[in-house]
Amino acid sequence: MKKTFLLEDLDCALCAAKMEKAIGKLEGVESASINFMTRKLSLSVVDSLFDSTLEQAQKIITKIEPDCRIVS
Amino acid sequence: MTQSHKKQLCKILIAAALIITGLVLSFYGRIDKRAVTGIYLGAYILIGGSVLLRAASNIRRGQIFDENFLMALATVGAIGLGEYLEGIAVMLFYQIGELFESMAVNNSRKSIAGLMQIRPDHANIMVDGQWTEIDPESVVIGALILIKPGERVPLDGRVVEGFSILDTSAITGESVPREAMAGNEVYSGCINLEGTLTVRVEKAYEQSTVARILDLVENAGSRKAEMESFITRFAGYYTPVVVAFAACLAILPPLLIPNASFGDWFYRALIFLVISCPCALVISIPLSFFSGLGSSSRKGILIKGGNYLEALAGAEIVVFDKTGTLTKGNFEVEDIVTDGGHGAPAGAQEEHTRKLSIYREPAVWRERLLELAALAESYSTHPISQSLRRAYGKTPDLTRIGKVTEAPGYGIEAEVDGRILFVGNRRLMTEKAGLTLPADPPGTVIHIAAQDAYIGHILIADQLKESAAAAVAGLKSIGVKKTVMLTGDVEGIGKKIAWQLGLDQVFAELTPVDKVDKVELLMKEKSPQGKLVYVGDGVNDAPVLAMADVGVAMGALGSDAAIEAADVVIMDDDPAKLTLAVQIARKTVRIAKQNTVFSLGVKGLILLLGALGFAGMWAAIFADVGVMVIAIMNAVRALGARDSRAGAS
Repeated sequence: MKKTFLLEDLDCALCAAKMEKAIGKLEGVESASINFMTRKLSLSVVDSLFDSTLEQAQKIITKIEPDCRIVS
Repeated sequence: MTQSHKKQLCKILIAAALIITGLVLSFYGRIDKRAVTGIYLGAYILIGGSVLLRAASNIRRGQIFDENFLMALATVGAIGLGEYLEGIAVMLFYQIGELFESMAVNNSRKSIAGLMQIRPDHANIMVDGQWTEIDPESVVIGALILIKPGERVPLDGRVVEGFSILDTSAITGESVPREAMAGNEVYSGCINLEGTLTVRVEKAYEQSTVARILDLVENAGSRKAEMESFITRFAGYYTPVVVAFAACLAILPPLLIPNASFGDWFYRALIFLVISCPCALVISIPLSFFSGLGSSSRKGILIKGGNYLEALAGAEIVVFDKTGTLTKGNFEVEDIVTDGGHGAPAGAQEEHTRKLSIYREPAVWRERLLELAALAESYSTHPISQSLRRAYGKTPDLTRIGKVTEAPGYGIEAEVDGRILFVGNRRLMTEKAGLTLPADPPGTVIHIAAQDAYIGHILIADQLKESAAAAVAGLKSIGVKKTVMLTGDVEGIGKKIAWQLGLDQVFAELTPVDKVDKVELLMKEKSPQGKLVYVGDGVNDAPVLAMADVGVAMGALGSDAAIEAADVVIMDDDPAKLTLAVQIARKTVRIAKQNTVFSLGVKGLILLLGALGFAGMWAAIFADVGVMVIAIMNAVRALGARDSRAGAS
């Protein structure tokens, strides 16, 4: 399943790159891409793991940029 | 400027004022040194407090090498060495840089969002006998909507009543107005300039042109340019390496070199820390590509990602499809030639014997031939079929048509009035109908035969687009090495057009499968770095569009298939836009390269000079903040790519 999310309060380009790398390594993630300029996270995950992956992705994002949140 | 920007600016100004006060006081020497130090420290806490806090909380969360930590370490280090002023200046300029970056990014995001202000905010729909404004997303297919002068067309549909002129520039980037009257299709996003139109909705909002364009533009960035990915990877190594060098500088020389002062080398290490953030690169490269994509969408050229922008910049071979790309695709019937009468369809011959008088008239024969051709082509969307139906003028009686098989690159085999009819090119006649024909007259010839009896042919002509020659010349002038045309049409026409337009090569009489083969062949001709760009109408050339390095679909307004299949979508049908697209792409890539070389060059130089003791903290601040500000200003230049069209109109 492929979905695009908006990352609210994404303010740091380097952080976006770090998040992208870390989310890409999560289990079940086929591809993860963050565009800093459009603040879009494009996430492609195997269907069964989608919800749990999204939760983990939020954790990673919070760790790197505390204010940044995934909104759909 | 947002609220938080204003707050930050306030802090910066107060801190700057404090620093100047401290400077003035210490210059006149009338005050205790400790008081000046106090003022400096106050300024430092004011401007750098948030950085120190973030650095601390990031370390707790396991993020060590982030810019907050590095800046905190560098400034605290400088203050520890007694270099109060330098320590505070680093923090102050770092914050100024951050503020500038945040504002520049915000502005770019806004200006691109501004370009895309094409989202319709309401649709007028009849509720209880009154026109009421509702959200376009809740309008169903088949509903009637009213579009008043000055309003934006909210959904794709067909005009039922009224006449008006539409401004399509928001969608196509071209300010040529289009007429809209009963029976015409209208596309969402256009602006109604004059009359009131009543339109029957044909597509739900999500499927409408405007929604698709917005979706495409908003998601363009998910496919990154190679340069962007490279910079991200590079940044991952740059910081740890520079920090490692800084550690070495602080520790090794004082141990190894006799009489080396620890303070001196520690100061040099701090310079490294200030320069260790790759911010200038990490922000300016994506910003350049983002601006390039925005600039092209303003011109009605939608590019689906930075990678395609990068590929366009390397365009070496440009392959055009003929029909609908270089020519208007408005085929008009020029001549109808019946084959004497002996080849008339069997049904007609029976009638012929009964009502001989009617069919003696050649005009009636010609009309009959056109009718048969139009009937056979009733279901086809090919431009030639459409022109036949247009020339026929009446609505074809679909009950007379049986099974229809369309063979792309050949023509149509259809059952009309219970008899098999072949309508197509010469190849269809020889290979499928088993006929031997005399040589074709020059032009696009549609032969018509019934089973094995030849009936006659219809001559069809297409016109070149006005800007076709300028498009080819424009590409040449910006250094595209080779221009090629592919066509399913006959050799004679292909050669004639190639000569008229100044194309380098033409391949004629191709089926869609042949086109794939030819593009494959051409792909081998280009240099390793060169890119092949294929330009088609996106309707029946999806495989070729996918195979080329960059597939460009032309005249995409109203064609979903084209928007779907291509990497680059040119909304109107002006081939000269391609030159503009390549120019924007080149400018963007050039800016990105300048930023890379400039940022790395300056940083490298100051690192070297710093290690040798020739560059101080002020130079380091320039290498960090100054370089970032310059790189951002350069990147934003890509947004305003010049509108030269290389000789076109």
